[in-house]
Amino acid sequence: MPRLNSKEELKALRRKIVDMRDLNKPYITLCSGTACRATGSDAVAAAIQKELKDQGLTEVVGVRRTGCHGFCERGPIIIIYPEEICYLGVTPEDVPEIITKTIKGKEIIERLLYADPNTGERVVHEQDIPFYKYQTRLVFSGNLWVDPTNIEDYIALGGYQALAKALHELTPEEVLEEVKRANLRGRGGGGFPAGRKWETTRNASGEPKYVIVNCDEGDPGAYMDRSIMEGNPHRVLEGLIIAAYAIGAIQGFVYVRQEYPLAVNNLAIALEQAREYGLLGEDILGSGFTFDVKVHRGAGAFVSGESSALMNAIEGKVGEPRPKYIHTSERGVWDKPSNLNNVETYATVPLILEKGADWFNSIGTEGSKGTKIFSLVGTVNNTGLVEVPMGTTLRDIIYKIGGGIRGGKRFKGVQTGGPSGGIIPEQYLDSPVDFDELTKLGSMMGSGGMIVMDEDTCIVDIARYFVDFLCDESCGKCVPCREGLKRMREILEDIVAGRGKEGDIELLEEIAVVMKKASLCALGTTAANPVLSTIRYFRDEYEAHIKEKRCPALVCKDLISYYIEPEKCIACLKCLKSCPEGAIEGEKRVIHVIDQSKCIKCGICYDVCPPKVGAVKKISGEPVPPPLPEPDRVIERKGRKGGKEGR
Amino acid sequence: MVKIDLKRVDEIIDRYKGEEGVLIQLLLDIQNELNWIPREAITQISERLRIPKSHIYRIASFYKAMSLNPVGRHTIQICLGTACQVRGAPKILDRMEESLKIKEGETTPDMRFSLRRVNCLGCCAMGPVVVVDGNYYGKVTSAMVEDILEKYE
Repeated sequence: MPRLNSKEELKALRRKIVDMRDLNKPYITLCSGTACRATGSDAVAAAIQKELKDQGLTEVVGVRRTGCHGFCERGPIIIIYPEEICYLGVTPEDVPEIITKTIKGKEIIERLLYADPNTGERVVHEQDIPFYKYQTRLVFSGNLWVDPTNIEDYIALGGYQALAKALHELTPEEVLEEVKRANLRGRGGGGFPAGRKWETTRNASGEPKYVIVNCDEGDPGAYMDRSIMEGNPHRVLEGLIIAAYAIGAIQGFVYVRQEYPLAVNNLAIALEQAREYGLLGEDILGSGFTFDVKVHRGAGAFVSGESSALMNAIEGKVGEPRPKYIHTSERGVWDKPSNLNNVETYATVPLILEKGADWFNSIGTEGSKGTKIFSLVGTVNNTGLVEVPMGTTLRDIIYKIGGGIRGGKRFKGVQTGGPSGGIIPEQYLDSPVDFDELTKLGSMMGSGGMIVMDEDTCIVDIARYFVDFLCDESCGKCVPCREGLKRMREILEDIVAGRGKEGDIELLEEIAVVMKKASLCALGTTAANPVLSTIRYFRDEYEAHIKEKRCPALVCKDLISYYIEPEKCIACLKCLKSCPEGAIEGEKRVIHVIDQSKCIKCGICYDVCPPKVGAVKKISGEPVPPPLPEPDRVIERKGRKGGKEGR
Repeated sequence: MVKIDLKRVDEIIDRYKGEEGVLIQLLLDIQNELNWIPREAITQISERLRIPKSHIYRIASFYKAMSLNPVGRHTIQICLGTACQVRGAPKILDRMEESLKIKEGETTPDMRFSLRRVNCLGCCAMGPVVVVDGNYYGKVTSAMVEDILEKYE
């Protein structure tokens, strides 16, 4: 493939690729992000190849393995072109029927379509499925049509046109102005104006300057960046090169978690292909601008996602933060000016260059422009990645797009901002999603994790979980964070174990004040947020644990007991046989009883009791009723005259 | 005594020779190759790259992806990300710990299993998730644990 040496050559290549593509040719796209691979898309891909070969259709039908489509709850997802028929939850066994009926016979297979959970009505096209209908996919849309290992897919979509425009039609200052005018705020969690950061780096003294992509997505429950990097790495790369041009950097780094092997792999392929096509390296697109990229793998440390820590890691040192009274945009990697932005931030840049800052400003709210991708997970029906304009309400995201709470349970709260954020309760569901609004509620936007929690979630246990996570991940350098988190963990572990005492809540609040004021980095200063926000909105749960030794959600092991209700037990022996400790007594037709002294609270009996029977209960804050005397536990058969005896 | 192939270590070091700041990447490669970072490998790196051993230990002990102990034949990863947490993952971890008689982070004495907790594999739709040797198990319940473990010698 000859190098592209001008924007005209890029345009011509795009025309050539598009002209060669017959839009009427049958095509199968298969979602192949990490999550779909985990649910079997590799096996589906193999089945497709085999079936096409067996039916002699390999030349006639195209197959494209794309990145994540976002509707992870229903993967693997297949879309059949040109009709754009969307099939969900496809298995290898479905493949022969799909090829025969839909590809050859042009017939739709109803059972593989999305069905409305209330009306049962089937939906044929992806964009009409409620999960997608209420989204505005701008940054994420490329994932549907691009094979990340084939740069020509990206070019066919118009990829790298924004870069060509920047390099050949605009000066670096003009590019910078456009990004500033767009009011693009960082998508990694801080929400800092990207244009301002670029400008500071550009104006700082010191050469060479560096640009860095932060793909160390560490918030548990958030995987947006992974899906973008796996599914459309060229979009990120294009944004990075534009930033480098605007700032005057000649070297870039991409810091990717090693826990994302597919992203590391697809990124490496993308870089190779970009170099081959003259879109990266020396004299990009014949513009005279030279810039290249190195990949640096993370090694499993949450704190290394903090910008100064990440830069230390790039230098080969331990990934610990340093004081930031001198910003990294002035003295970063090797003490040179370094601009660090999140994956999604860079992925948004080509859109701004292509469609203009005015267009970008027309989407979103006053303080938060554009769209944001969220990972909507937890006890919600439609788990997946969701892109909506800033200002969309939490209610719309969770209910309209997310389909509401699983199992018809009651909503309790939604956690945003990862370990730096908080839990937002029901009364604020109509709040718009916006950087400043979420901060006012005691949480934050964060990187985009949105974890829905229901009545079966113990809020105190969640606070303990976040503190435990941060305690492990704290680098340990500064006292407020290191010691503060340790003491918070002790107090919270005491509370969930029934050892909480009066004054614990106030002590947690006092420690939080110090951590906020005096920690070295944002891990420490925001670590108390999960605790503070849960005390603010769910103080009653804390007090139940402390004063009544009761867990309202029936979760905390030390505060609950498992109990078999005699009136409901049918003595089927299921729980008795499954109990790993042999703690259940009973026989066929003798009501089962749990020996509390042997019970280890594993919950297996609760899981295996048939749903129609539901005899195993969890109780908390009250003593376990004593077992019935043995003779009363025998279930007599119904006599001919009817009626049960012996209970 | 586990025998270490130092030739492999040398080959990996050669891959990065001359570059600055590569220690983390180098150690990751050794971890991927040998499944852990033996003392002999650290000594080798120290001598060839003229870096103090204490410096290398500092890095190897800081990062979770690096293990200073040999791992078992099968690695179990339990996702304890927030989404799996609210779907009941802690009970799965408890069950594994009780069944294998080891704590998270440890390896069974017969070297059969190593048990690790991980924070978010990004498969939240199938949570709780357990991965054994790269095989994903979704919507795991405490009752399923024994059956999963039995599959691995």
